[in-house]
Amino acid sequence: MTFSSALTLAAGAVLVCAVIVLWLTSVHAVIRVVAVQGMALGTVAMLLGVYQHDIGLMATAAVVLLLKGVAIPFLLGRAGGKSPATRETRPLVNVPASLVTSAILIVVAFLTARGIGRFVGTSAGALVPVGVATLLIGFFVLVTRRRPVFQIVGLLMVDNGIALVAFLSTAGVPFLIELGVSLDILLGVVVLMVLTRRLRTEFDDVDLDELQELHD
Amino acid sequence: MFLLFLLLLPLLGGAAIAAAPKHPLVGWFGVVTNGGALILGIILAVRVVRTAPLTGAWGILRADALSAFMVVVIGAVAFLASWLGIHTMALDRHDGHFTPGRATGYGVLVQAFVGTMLLAVLAANLGVLWVAVEATTIVTTFLVGYRRTKGSLEASWKYLVICSVGIALAFLGTVLVYLAALHAGGHSAHALDWTSLMANARHLDPSVMRLAFALLVLGYGTKVGLAPMHSWLPDAHSQAPAPVSALMSGVLLTVAFYAILRFKAVVDLTLGPAYPRTLLVIVGLLSLAVAASLLIAQRDYKRMLAYSSIEHMGLIALGAAAGIRLAIAAVLLQILGHGLTKTVLFLTSGEIMAEEGTSQIDDVRTLLARRPVLGGLFGVGLVALLGLPPFSLFSSELLMTRAEFQVGLGWVAVVAVGLMVVIFVAVVGHARHMLMGPSDVSGTTPPPPRWVAAPLVGGLAICGFIGVFAWPLSGLLQAAARVVTP
Repeated sequence: MTFSSALTLAAGAVLVCAVIVLWLTSVHAVIRVVAVQGMALGTVAMLLGVYQHDIGLMATAAVVLLLKGVAIPFLLGRAGGKSPATRETRPLVNVPASLVTSAILIVVAFLTARGIGRFVGTSAGALVPVGVATLLIGFFVLVTRRRPVFQIVGLLMVDNGIALVAFLSTAGVPFLIELGVSLDILLGVVVLMVLTRRLRTEFDDVDLDELQELHD
Repeated sequence: MFLLFLLLLPLLGGAAIAAAPKHPLVGWFGVVTNGGALILGIILAVRVVRTAPLTGAWGILRADALSAFMVVVIGAVAFLASWLGIHTMALDRHDGHFTPGRATGYGVLVQAFVGTMLLAVLAANLGVLWVAVEATTIVTTFLVGYRRTKGSLEASWKYLVICSVGIALAFLGTVLVYLAALHAGGHSAHALDWTSLMANARHLDPSVMRLAFALLVLGYGTKVGLAPMHSWLPDAHSQAPAPVSALMSGVLLTVAFYAILRFKAVVDLTLGPAYPRTLLVIVGLLSLAVAASLLIAQRDYKRMLAYSSIEHMGLIALGAAAGIRLAIAAVLLQILGHGLTKTVLFLTSGEIMAEEGTSQIDDVRTLLARRPVLGGLFGVGLVALLGLPPFSLFSSELLMTRAEFQVGLGWVAVVAVGLMVVIFVAVVGHARHMLMGPSDVSGTTPPPPRWVAAPLVGGLAICGFIGVFAWPLSGLLQAAARVVTP
């Protein structure tokens, strides 16, 4: 397998995971899919790092694999597993309509991000629209799913999409910044999970659109 | 070393609070270290204006006049907020609101909050700036949800999710700037450094930078509270404890705007001023319109202050849109004036809320007769906030309007002034309702202790002073404006 086809495969896996999330309603299954997505993302970074003999990028890839492939899904699983209701029962947009929307989002991503891909000018750069599509689908999950864990997953997918764009277009931001970014994401997920737990004790198993205390 | 010490000082305060939570003076640890940061900020400002920008911590930190100015604003607001925080915590303890452990957590998080904001304005690298701004969101989430009521939990969830999405877009924008910088021949380790970006600005790819700047305005704009990405702001500001609202409204919003100012300076060189101007005019006018329409029928005085923050961020965006040196100096003066005034107002509103037990405008009446000190502070604070002389917001708003006319944005200035008049009438109406009228209760209640009122009076006095005498600041303001208008 050549470098560019391996890269395409790994980047494609990131996007496929995003679409699968739309299809699933079980919290546990979704967390597993996000773990796979994180690993695919780390693989993209690792492939680029090995190909370009870039030690910093390889280190970044290791951080991503560990954090997004293992640590965050593990933490999410602990929070999600304790919840009595582990299914997204009433998403604002149902599954078939979500899948159709994702197809539209992918087309939009390819139309808008082609220019960036051409500007980058490498075979990796041509895959930038895949990252943008992942980002858009992440957004879609965030606005249409009502379980807290699904919203966290949506945020992670937005983030993975952006990270994919960064790896493919610039071979990743410098290692120091990547470390800071990863730390922020990890802490952000931890804070969101603590909030989820507090929401559950206060509201007694909440759907987020039932949060309507505050308005003008 | 100097910059590193300045950055670590508030964190040292936080460490001291964590180490000795039972010390009788534990509340003052934060006040002392934040006051120290303010003094160091003033020393830094004098130094960079007289000589050259300062770097530190192996090139990660850098302070030019603009950074130094922001450090002064952060230091001043943090000093006031942590001072009043002692009283807020004491009142909460009195109400049995919380356990001692939570008070310690509060103190540590406030210090971490101040530290991350200082890192944001002292970062030499625009990637580090992003990391710091995202970190401010994370440390403030628990502060917003501190009271653990349903409302405050809802506010903190919304705050974290909306701001995380916004800041993710800003990261995409930063990645695109990095891409453009690498293609312009930048070295990967320094491509995002502010100095090298400015030096290479004319060689960056225009179409990539156009997209990047739109994402950055959208992303950091979420954190600034610019419409239409403002929906988290009124909830978070009204639910957080008063000192946290003061810090968020007084400086956090403008720290995020500082990021936009930095990127705008680069994009001005790459694309010319027309494109950033258009974007900023759109979000600025939209913010003013949203603030005006929601202030008219506002029923909650903390939300009233929150919408007024959206108004002021809109005005700042319009000033930045004008973009000439006069306008930027006025924007910075507005950042300082708004920071101090809004801090005093939020802190006073916290005291009023503790005394009256409600944040509804309808339920508070004849405040001036019953509580002359708090009512007086609130009234004078609103006069300052509405931009009446002699307070500094009057001069900065006048200067921004003049600058807008100078660059041909006269129609924008006219629309903005029209919306400001609407806001003026709305806020004066609410204030009259809360403050005026004869006292129907016999005997007045005891005023707040002197040590609580003193910093509030001091904050307003400084606003009045810099409104009349610009001299202590004019050199710094001009030097800071020069940084982003080369």
